Amino acid sequence: MGPSLGPAATTPWWRNRRVVPFAVQAAAGLVVLVVVAFLLGNLVRNLTAAGLLLSWSWLDNPAGFDLAESSIPFSASQPYWLALLAGLVNTLKVVVVGLVGATLLGTAVGSAAFSSNGLLKRLARGYVELVRNIPLLLQLVFWYFVVFLALPNGVNAIQLPGLVLAKSGLYLGWFGEGWQWQLPQLTGGVWHAPLRLSVEFGALLTGLVVYTAAFIAEVVRGGIAAVPQGQWEAARCLGFSPLVTLRRIVMPQALRVIVPGLNSQYISLAKNSSLAVACGYTDLYSVAETTLNQTGRAVEVVVLLLGSYLVIDLLISALMNGLNAAVQLKER
Amino acid sequence: MVRFPRLAAVVPFLTALVLVGCASEDGGVQSQKLATIKARGTVVCGVDGKLTGFSFVAPDGSYSGLDVDVCKAVAAALFGDPAKVDYRDLNSSERFAALASGEVDLLSRNTTLTLSRDASGGNGLSFAPTTFYDGQGVMVPAASGIKGLKELAGKPICVESGTTTELNLADRMREINAAYTPLKFQTADQTYSAYLQGRCVAVTSDRSQLAAKRTGFPTPAAHTLLPEVLSKEPLTPATVNADPGWADAVRWTIYALMQAEELGITQANVAAKVVEAKANPNLADLRRFLGVEGDFGNQLGLPPDFVVKAITAVGNYGEVFERNVGSGSKLKLERGLNRQWKEGGLIYSPPFR
Repeated sequence: MGPSLGPAATTPWWRNRRVVPFAVQAAAGLVVLVVVAFLLGNLVRNLTAAGLLLSWSWLDNPAGFDLAESSIPFSASQPYWLALLAGLVNTLKVVVVGLVGATLLGTAVGSAAFSSNGLLKRLARGYVELVRNIPLLLQLVFWYFVVFLALPNGVNAIQLPGLVLAKSGLYLGWFGEGWQWQLPQLTGGVWHAPLRLSVEFGALLTGLVVYTAAFIAEVVRGGIAAVPQGQWEAARCLGFSPLVTLRRIVMPQALRVIVPGLNSQYISLAKNSSLAVACGYTDLYSVAETTLNQTGRAVEVVVLLLGSYLVIDLLISALMNGLNAAVQLKER
Repeated sequence: MVRFPRLAAVVPFLTALVLVGCASEDGGVQSQKLATIKARGTVVCGVDGKLTGFSFVAPDGSYSGLDVDVCKAVAAALFGDPAKVDYRDLNSSERFAALASGEVDLLSRNTTLTLSRDASGGNGLSFAPTTFYDGQGVMVPAASGIKGLKELAGKPICVESGTTTELNLADRMREINAAYTPLKFQTADQTYSAYLQGRCVAVTSDRSQLAAKRTGFPTPAAHTLLPEVLSKEPLTPATVNADPGWADAVRWTIYALMQAEELGITQANVAAKVVEAKANPNLADLRRFLGVEGDFGNQLGLPPDFVVKAITAVGNYGEVFERNVGSGSKLKLERGLNRQWKEGGLIYSPPFR
């Protein structure tokens, strides 16, 4: 006999603290592996049976369809990959502008909840409750069919300083040739401006901004409420105005709470942009759907779609995590 | 860690075992689908559901239309009862996925037969005989004064995404070298609302569909079809490529309706024709067609009198046409290309031999 056996050696393996967690993890991992292998195997097998193994060569074929709007030069004779890229650029365009707009509006509405003006406070509350309780798809349909498509055309178009709203598009003043500031002009019953946005873009952007801003407002309100009341009172004692107090004292502390919450709202906005097809905007999803219909390459197109949205959202997350690290309390 | 590779080796084996079960559902025996449908007792039919004349749901939930009658004829041929159909409303983007995944047995949804949809390297469908020869048209408000395609240059045109019309429009406009803005919507409702709201100066689709949708407009007379026909649109029911037995059953049920019109057999006189055929052994053609002699039904996996059942349920092709889209309907479409071949049309059934 060797050295006497300790109590640990007599513990059965199913009660061993080192074995059990390992075994559980191994079993869970195995289940995941089997499920994934089954799904992939099923896919490959069925695609092979249908003669539809994954192939990407079709991406170089001419698309054959036009796009209603594109920020990069595109015509029907150019390949599918360029059409999808144009769709992706359109998606990014609405996402980036939407993020900025939703942040500004959301912050304003969220801060308004702390206003001493009772009307402003109630308006902000009413806006949040109204908007966040109606499905986004319905709101997009509303903005597009009820608001933007009801805009008048030509002379009757709604003219604001530097901005004309017409059914044929939204015309903005911008720097034209030689960096000359140009205003929208009406020539021959048709508006012309250096910067023209489609009503589809306008409707989608408005819908996304108004919807996401309601959620951001709540995140901002929560962040501000998390700052102790004493900070407001101390600033008031020192003679700061409410606006300066918010900007210089409360917001920097509130940001630590707000930024992580913003992250998920930004991601939702990016994903929700795929509802563009409800209001006729040529986004990535819309182009992918046409591509799918014409090539029959369902799996490949869906993989591209999934990958694109995943990359967009991971990018947003990475940026927001960076911002989060920057606003956190620096501990030594 | 030693055990892992052995387990990994088991995974594909297990997967393969499970998959053998999956695979035998579709391939293998010739008409597995037919057996599945018979066991289930109903045909699941994918239709549009919103297109007057082709497939339209009435307020009481009942379906009617030319596409619907194809479903009814197939159900009648199989079960002797045209009501044994489960309808699924599908939009143009989801229709092929629904068929390929087996969610519907038969797609009877104003679908254009094209090479890429037929080919196994494309959508991999199996097309039945064309039930409606259509062409793509363009509708504009009558007040716009637009008389031809050329005048649409530089203008926005509404089109439903996921359709052949989208491609044809691009091709024709490129031919006449005219730039235009295609505004794509996912559903027909959105497409026509945007057109009626004046976002587009024109809307394009199959001429029959434009005529059908126009009947639902506030003032149908305020909209006209341009004379140009942009494309050939043979609207054709489809099944999956993988089951030729089921495809044959659908194909010959539709041919039976066409053949019945050619032989002058109608919903009203089919019973009398059966009596006549049974009484007279010299009418060999008629006896074979109506299943009084021969085994055509058996060869297709259908009852011997499937032709009689289909005609009793919906009538012959001419009756189906007139009732749903022709003179007996709101659409009042001409037979045109959809006349029998003897009258100069394209409706032609191969012989029942």
